[in-house]
Amino acid sequence: MVKEAMRDAYGEVLLELGKERPDIVVLDADVSKSTKTVGFAKNFPERFFDVGIAEANLMGIAAGIASTGKTVFVSTFTVFASGRAYDQVRQSIVYPERNVKIVATHSSITAGEDGAMHQSFEDIALMRTIPYMRVISPCDGVETRAVIRKIASIPGPFYVRLARPPIPVILNDSYQFELGKGVVLRDGVDGVIISCGIMTHIALEVANILSNEGIDLGVVNMSSIKPIDRDLIEALAYRYRYLISCEDHNIIGGLGSAILEALPYMNSRLIRIGIEDTFGDSGRFEELLEYYKLDPLSITYKIKEVMVSDRV
Amino acid sequence: MNYSLDELKEIAKRVRYNALYMITKAGSGHPGGSLSSADVLVTLYFHTMRYDVENPYWEDRDRFILSKGHACPTLYAIFYELGIIRREELDTLRKPGSRLQGHPDIKRLPWAEFSSGSLGQGLSFAVGVALGGKIDRRDYYTFVMIGDGESQEGQVWEAAMAARKFGLDHLIAITDRNGLQIDGLTEDVMPVDPLAEKWKAFGWNVIEIDGHNFSQIIEALEKAKTFRGAPTMIIAHTIKGKGISFMENIVDFHGKAPNSKEWERITIELGGELNG
Repeated sequence: MVKEAMRDAYGEVLLELGKERPDIVVLDADVSKSTKTVGFAKNFPERFFDVGIAEANLMGIAAGIASTGKTVFVSTFTVFASGRAYDQVRQSIVYPERNVKIVATHSSITAGEDGAMHQSFEDIALMRTIPYMRVISPCDGVETRAVIRKIASIPGPFYVRLARPPIPVILNDSYQFELGKGVVLRDGVDGVIISCGIMTHIALEVANILSNEGIDLGVVNMSSIKPIDRDLIEALAYRYRYLISCEDHNIIGGLGSAILEALPYMNSRLIRIGIEDTFGDSGRFEELLEYYKLDPLSITYKIKEVMVSDRV
Repeated sequence: MNYSLDELKEIAKRVRYNALYMITKAGSGHPGGSLSSADVLVTLYFHTMRYDVENPYWEDRDRFILSKGHACPTLYAIFYELGIIRREELDTLRKPGSRLQGHPDIKRLPWAEFSSGSLGQGLSFAVGVALGGKIDRRDYYTFVMIGDGESQEGQVWEAAMAARKFGLDHLIAITDRNGLQIDGLTEDVMPVDPLAEKWKAFGWNVIEIDGHNFSQIIEALEKAKTFRGAPTMIIAHTIKGKGISFMENIVDFHGKAPNSKEWERITIELGGELNG
């Protein structure tokens, strides 16, 4: 299985865009080696600005540069981009609809050993409640490339959350990202897992495990969390008895919440899998998946538990 | 623009009148800081800055960012002088749907450059605007006014560091040093002094002036424009409520609208109705 880190894919595509588009400017706040904006920095020093450890200022400067006609990519970790600089994102960037793409890395538990202070389980919630903000959580390196290319050509603000570690590549190179569209990766009969980010490859594993046990689940990659694919969600709700949201984010305000808001009525049952309203912890990413019961086996148990209790 | 000092004074008087007219009509707003900043803003728009009223998106225009957004009635009164705002709009300050929102809104008034209101953000934005100009080798100037109370926001100093690092000599900031904020004297609430030394320590060119003396304002802005290698901070010592006797240095008029009796006095002090 080929693995790739989303942030590496981001660094690569940013470099390509830098060559193609002189209007692209990149900003970072002293984490360019981690967010992978460093490649762009080395090749286009006149269009790269490191503002130091000052995330509020980072967002304000990005808005100002964007106002002069540039397409600005801004990177830091998700916890700082969405939390520490929330007011600047809201007031300086999104309200005036500035052409700023916030691409934040080290999402959720993928910040790993750095622990709770570096892990944001709230970033999707924070960003998607800002009117007009668009929120995307790609599922692998291939989708990251497609997303970054796509948003570079759509004016206005975006928030993209990327994971730190290498994760399995599940989409093929011809994949095209479409804003506001979910992608059916697998058809099922009994229910469908709707996932985003690193949870999509785990959802596919869950579906594989359960198919051996006679439960046939579909999998939908819902990387575009806002705008969300309302038509697809409605169609899935018609078709499946069980909708299963799957995210490495607080179950309050994340993908599961966005799905609920998109449903015109509740026909099927929604099983929400995510972080159960708590803070992070230190550990390797794989350890933390188990710790928060987001690993394939834990999710499998939870889905079976609900389905079995429904039958009784 | 070539206005004489006397003409600038007359414009400033009308601007004060109309700013207070709007606030009185609205029944809320911030007269104190609107009045303290008026003379600097009038000088910028009627003497120093290069712009085209017809084209607020002109790429080579000088920009002015009012980071202390609550002083926007003064900005709106200037826009009225420039013909951007119509007479009847003066009656719509702070009303739903109005272009004259409680804080500047660039989606409705692009001439305002920045939707300010959350204090501390304007200087960072201005740094970005100046950087954008530097990347494209444009020669426009970016002017930004911050409040002295606003200087308590940490983000101001993040931006101060960045402006120096990037050598933004086409960035000119002005502090409206009126000494008062909502809860009282700045030096009681949270001291900002020694303000000039702070900016000097951050590597800025610092000029201190009387912010109600037009010759000093003009001279400081011209000096700032020709200074090279670092951004300039003009600390304009001003009087909160300047121009209306019973408002000067009265902290309550930070955010309190004049009542009808007070409005009569204002009209008399400024010499009659000035927006006919």
